[in-house]
Amino acid sequence: MDLDPELYEGLPDPVRKAWERSLTSGRAAMSRRRLLRLGSLAAGGAALAACGIPPAAGSGGGTERRDPDHSKKERVLNFANWPLYIDVDDKNKKKRPTLNRFEKQSGVKVKYVEDINDNNEFYGKIKPQLAAGQDTGRDLICLSDWMAGRIIRQGWAQRLDPAHMPHAVANLEDRFRTAAHDPGRQFSYPWAGTACVVAYNKKATGGKKVTSVSQLLEDDFLKGRVSMLTEMTDTMGLAMLDTGIDPQKFTARDFDRTLARLQKAVDAKQLRRFSGNDYLDELNSGDIAACLAWAGDIVQLRIDNPDVEFALPESGYLFGTDDLLVPAKARHRANAEAMIDFYYQPREAAELAAWVNYICPVTGAKAEMEKIDKDLAEDTLIFPDAETIARGRNFRPMSTGEHARFENKFAKLIGA
Amino acid sequence: MTATGAPASEGAAPPTGTGPLSTGSAQGDASGTAARRGRRKLTPYWLLLPAGLWLALFFVAPFFYQASTSVQSGSLEDGFRVTWDFTNYSDALAMYGPHFLRSFLYAATATVLCLLIGYPLAYLIAFRAGRWRGLLLVMVIAPFFTSFLIRTLAWKTILSDAGPVVGVLKSLHVLDVTSQLGLTGDDRLLATPLAVVCGLTYNFLPFMILPLYSSLERIDLSLHEAARDLYATPATVFRKVTFPLSLPGVVAGTLLTFIPASGDYINAQLLGSPNTQMVGNAIQKQFLNVLDYPAAAAMSFILMAIILIAVSVYMRKAGTEELV
Repeated sequence: MDLDPELYEGLPDPVRKAWERSLTSGRAAMSRRRLLRLGSLAAGGAALAACGIPPAAGSGGGTERRDPDHSKKERVLNFANWPLYIDVDDKNKKKRPTLNRFEKQSGVKVKYVEDINDNNEFYGKIKPQLAAGQDTGRDLICLSDWMAGRIIRQGWAQRLDPAHMPHAVANLEDRFRTAAHDPGRQFSYPWAGTACVVAYNKKATGGKKVTSVSQLLEDDFLKGRVSMLTEMTDTMGLAMLDTGIDPQKFTARDFDRTLARLQKAVDAKQLRRFSGNDYLDELNSGDIAACLAWAGDIVQLRIDNPDVEFALPESGYLFGTDDLLVPAKARHRANAEAMIDFYYQPREAAELAAWVNYICPVTGAKAEMEKIDKDLAEDTLIFPDAETIARGRNFRPMSTGEHARFENKFAKLIGA
Repeated sequence: MTATGAPASEGAAPPTGTGPLSTGSAQGDASGTAARRGRRKLTPYWLLLPAGLWLALFFVAPFFYQASTSVQSGSLEDGFRVTWDFTNYSDALAMYGPHFLRSFLYAATATVLCLLIGYPLAYLIAFRAGRWRGLLLVMVIAPFFTSFLIRTLAWKTILSDAGPVVGVLKSLHVLDVTSQLGLTGDDRLLATPLAVVCGLTYNFLPFMILPLYSSLERIDLSLHEAARDLYATPATVFRKVTFPLSLPGVVAGTLLTFIPASGDYINAQLLGSPNTQMVGNAIQKQFLNVLDYPAAAAMSFILMAIILIAVSVYMRKAGTEELV
């Protein structure tokens, strides 16, 4: 993978080098200090032997900035997350079973706020404080991988201490350990995996199967009844795959080529709408016959409406993670680490996944899920099998400038 | 803004002598009276202070902040600096010209529709409703008890492709006519220009009806009798008496409808398609997704300037003496 030098913007030199090294040579880059640290961890009893590539421990040495942690004295945690992204009690909507259990076990009071609606929007909100070196008032935030990568590259994420998170270190599924935006998972842990796939309403298509993005863009049969997502990486990623471009290493020319294809569909009025989460109603009613959709949404919708089907396109689907990060200057890093660790216990992870229905990144959660709901445990959109995993592709990290250019072009597309 | 701001400041201006400051200083000696007179002179300014502060804080300050943003250049990462970069404006116009045009076209159409629907309704409520007047007025305002967003989303269900409205219009061949006019397409209402205009009309209708009603209701009915005594037909009465007297309501109503409608983005987002996005959508995208604040600020200023010019031309033509 060719790496854009802009990707390293804003990183102090040693961190940049370490990052470069871990990207290019991966495991071989492991330093002696890191090995020692890992050794002590293993001695601590964590089931490290089970995992392939263990997440890196702090290796930065003296240059690494560790913000003062007040977790011991202040037993609170400010957690910012997306709406409807945590389990809620069926009877009492104010209760969040797993989160309440964490509070009880740890004695940490969690202030849970659902104030993330869009990666860019949220970035615009916290960026001024991060840039000024101030506390954002949030100890733990959940952002899509590419945005998490940007925060990490700019040095605005605190390095997590694996010693505080034995379950997370042991139970993170292997395939999440080598993420391009955070190699070795030093700064971020996935809250859930996301998959962007093609979905359709059987009734609206008259039983016809829709299995590719080409059909969405060009099949006359679907004219005016197709929606795509306002999330640039998802829509562009799937369209790229369909055009024969790998979203893991596309160029600006590839981007433009794919965009032109989408523009043609917009001009032909083939696409009805670009939407956020609000496509579900219309897919349910059949106003939208086929669309790009997030897998977790479709799992939920299919429970109520058996007409809704999904397809993993032949050309591949877009896979990503929503990652938990501790922003710089946050006062309660240890509390945040404790919470991440709590959710990496298979039982808690299964309960969370049973409610949010997104891809579960925790080893052993499937077995726990079988006790909760057999159907969900078999669902490849929550616990993907090897074949499903193989077809998922990730959107490559972008530098901030590059991303702004892409986002601007994409905004023009979705606003005609 | 001018229309509604004027009466308030007018009302506050004359020194009433009953302000809290003048009553509080009851002193007997001569110097006291002089001081009181001086203070009395200041009273109107004291009374203006809260409004002035409010304006300064929530209008003037953001206004200058945005004005300065609109001539900055740079990126979010390196920070934006004022470089008097007016290309932000020309770029915005070059890129989003169609959006501006569309916004004003949709807003103007919606305003005309509001007037055509709202006037008869306001007339009915003011002159013919009798004891139902109160109830009818409440019904006009009732939609405000639910949020703007919910109301617009409800229209999505009503106008849905398989819904009754589309079914009826299809069987009456109305959709054929509208699609000939380019207002709809593919036998549906949602995601068409017509749906966006209808949404705007619906959402801003009360802003048209209420000022119309208040100016119609003030008309002295004996004027109608006098006109009829002079052998005017009902149509002439309306043309020569009622309508001219209701003009302030028409002006206020059109302004209250047109201005917010041209900046609206909810209707275009929920009821429209990528081909019907308005300038509000473009500004929202630039501010929240692209994070190009200068471009967004420049677009806001262009929108504001166009509205300001259009409104002042309109006010000059229509006259505002009656408005205050």
